[in-house]
Amino acid sequence: MRALVLAEHDGHSLRGATLNAITAAANLGGEVDLLIAGHNARAIVKATTTIAGIDKVLVADDPIYAHPVAETVAALLIEHARDYEAILAAATTFGKNVLPRVAATLDVQQISEITGVVSPDTFIRPIYAGNALATVRSKDALKVITVRTTAFEPADNVTGRATISQIPAVNAPIDVQFVREELTILESPDLTSARIIISGGRGMQSGENFKMLEPIAEKLGAAIGASRAAVDAGFVSNDLQVGQTGKIVAPQLYIAVGISGAIQHLAGMSGSKVIVAINKDEDAPIFQVADYGLVGDLFKVLPELTASLSSLSSGA
Amino acid sequence: MKVLVPIKRVIDYNVKIRVKADHSGVETANVKYSANPFDEIAVEEAVRLMEAGIVSEIVVVSIGPAAAQDVLRNALALGADRAVLVQTDNEIQPLAVAKLLKLLCLQESPRLVILGKQAIDDDSNQTGQALAALLNWPQGTFASKLVIEDGRIEVTREIDGGLEILSLALPAVVTTDLRLNEPRYLSLPNIMKAKKKPLEIRPAASLDINVEPRLITVRVEEPQQRQAGIKVADVTTLLNKLKHEAKVI
Ligand SMILES: Cc1cc2nc3c(=O)[nH]c(=O)nc-3n(C[C@H](O)[C@H](O)[C@H](O)COP(=O)(O)OP(=O)(O)OC[C@H]3O[C@@H](n4cnc5c(N)ncnc54)[C@H](O)[C@@H]3O)c2cc1C
Ligand SMILES: Cc1cc2nc3c(=O)[nH]c(=O)nc-3n(C[C@H](O)[C@H](O)[C@H](O)COP(=O)(O)OP(=O)(O)OC[C@H]3O[C@@H](n4cnc5c(N)ncnc54)[C@H](O)[C@@H]3O)c2cc1C
Repeated sequence: MRALVLAEHDGHSLRGATLNAITAAANLGGEVDLLIAGHNARAIVKATTTIAGIDKVLVADDPIYAHPVAETVAALLIEHARDYEAILAAATTFGKNVLPRVAATLDVQQISEITGVVSPDTFIRPIYAGNALATVRSKDALKVITVRTTAFEPADNVTGRATISQIPAVNAPIDVQFVREELTILESPDLTSARIIISGGRGMQSGENFKMLEPIAEKLGAAIGASRAAVDAGFVSNDLQVGQTGKIVAPQLYIAVGISGAIQHLAGMSGSKVIVAINKDEDAPIFQVADYGLVGDLFKVLPELTASLSSLSSGA
Repeated sequence: MKVLVPIKRVIDYNVKIRVKADHSGVETANVKYSANPFDEIAVEEAVRLMEAGIVSEIVVVSIGPAAAQDVLRNALALGADRAVLVQTDNEIQPLAVAKLLKLLCLQESPRLVILGKQAIDDDSNQTGQALAALLNWPQGTFASKLVIEDGRIEVTREIDGGLEILSLALPAVVTTDLRLNEPRYLSLPNIMKAKKKPLEIRPAASLDINVEPRLITVRVEEPQQRQAGIKVADVTTLLNKLKHEAKVI
């Protein structure tokens, strides 16, 4: 059994999600190779050779991968698929965009967002926004799998000794052009890797009020998240959305502020170790999953929290 | 230009999902079904493109049981011109859905197919990408904005770090994200009018495509339920608990 993991990077460094996907691949029980498509990717490649469990790093370094689109990355994976029994990627917007294209071209039914490996052909995946867990067995000879990163520990990036192998780029004769990207500059840690997250909902009332979360996030080293209602209302940008159709997170501590706790939101955060809810409605469903609930007006609670955290960190 | 919009009939997003006692799946008897919310967004987008004079015909398609006619009728009431139900009572997985849709695309020759980015039942997030692959067309997934000009479509995509803008040659496949638009409500006169619009039913077997499932559902289980914790009286108690009891700050 040999598995190929598609690496995800931003042109400078590997995305952490790839390390979780590698762990899932290792759980299949065979060798694991990594494929990097990039341009001037030498630094990224070098950093991946120490990832535990990686045998070979395949590198396609070419200008067509400067802004990799699904069509070209899929073509590259398809070219190498015959050497593998499994192809995996993290279930990020990048992995979700590319892998179904690979699977369909190879006449394989992809297995989406697995949270567990039962055996090399049997997997666990959440359905209905995580309200049910299905165990599914794939009849396809090749397995094409996306991995829910919160369900697998990241592979360590120290003890490995992978070899590097250069491979040629593969062009896809499909007319798609990268125009531009508008990336959010994050001052706080990335949502999917943060140890603590503080999220605001519709109860925050405005984007301006979201600033009240910043000093708290800063004190706690937390990332800021949001409910769909807060994103739809334009308080914050789309990449902060936590939930079934946003990001799936599982931090040590999740603080929900002015969020009611709709199942679609819970689907994205109920794997958190400890959940705190701050809501003025004592019957809000979020309290049913919260370890610690504080019933109160957030416009009173947040300033108190900021003040208490300041005195806490000033050594009180 | 012609647009094809596939619509999946799913358990309504407000329904509390229950796993069957024999663990073979989820309870589907006597529950409310509706169109997948992302597909309503897809229909709305097609209708807006029609109102803008860019689209001339909207064909909606569903693959599923006879009852899926309801979601198609609703789409006709929203402004679609014609509907096709590929009827089957069998489980049809995303790859097979994509194969059936490919066949319909070859027959209907749309310039654009707009799908939902994911169906809220199976959460697979694959069908659009799979269809694009089978047709060898470009794909613009997770779209929050579409601009059609000079035979191309510019798609603004919601990605993990923000937004990405791609320009695709038509024909192309697009999948919708939540913020593409807000679907309008159905009006009674339009519901009445939709009853006269054509809805063609084609048995899935007549399309002669192998749709046998490749994934066997071995077992379906309830996830572990979280227990509600305690209510704390004030911020001081909260921080105390987080520090000394939960030890997370
Ligand atoms: C297909 C689909 C996909 C979806 N995907 C997602 C998703 O990925 N993520 C997601 O989050 N949602 C998602 N949703 C939306 C979800 O159903 C809810 O609408 C949304 O989560 C509600 O956000 P909210 O809790 O911020 O707002 P509301 O439900 O309006 O809750 C606001 C809360 O704030 C409290 N509040 C108000 N003022 C104060 C105050 N001053 N102090 C304290 N508390 C206050 C209120 O008591 C209330 O509980 C999806 C919905 C659909 C149909
Ligand atoms: C009678 C029946 C029984 C089923 N039984 C099971 C079961 O026991 N277990 C199980 O896990 N699943 C079952 N399913 C669901 C099915 O296997 C897949 O979930 C589904 O076909 C595709 O997966 P998805 O919707 O998650 O795809 P996604 O890729 O998430 O869907 C994305 C988009 O593709 C389009 N699309 C997807 N499916 C259709 C469709 N049928 N018609 C039109 N457009 C579509 C829509 O635009 C949708 O927004 C059953 C389905 C049917 C009809």
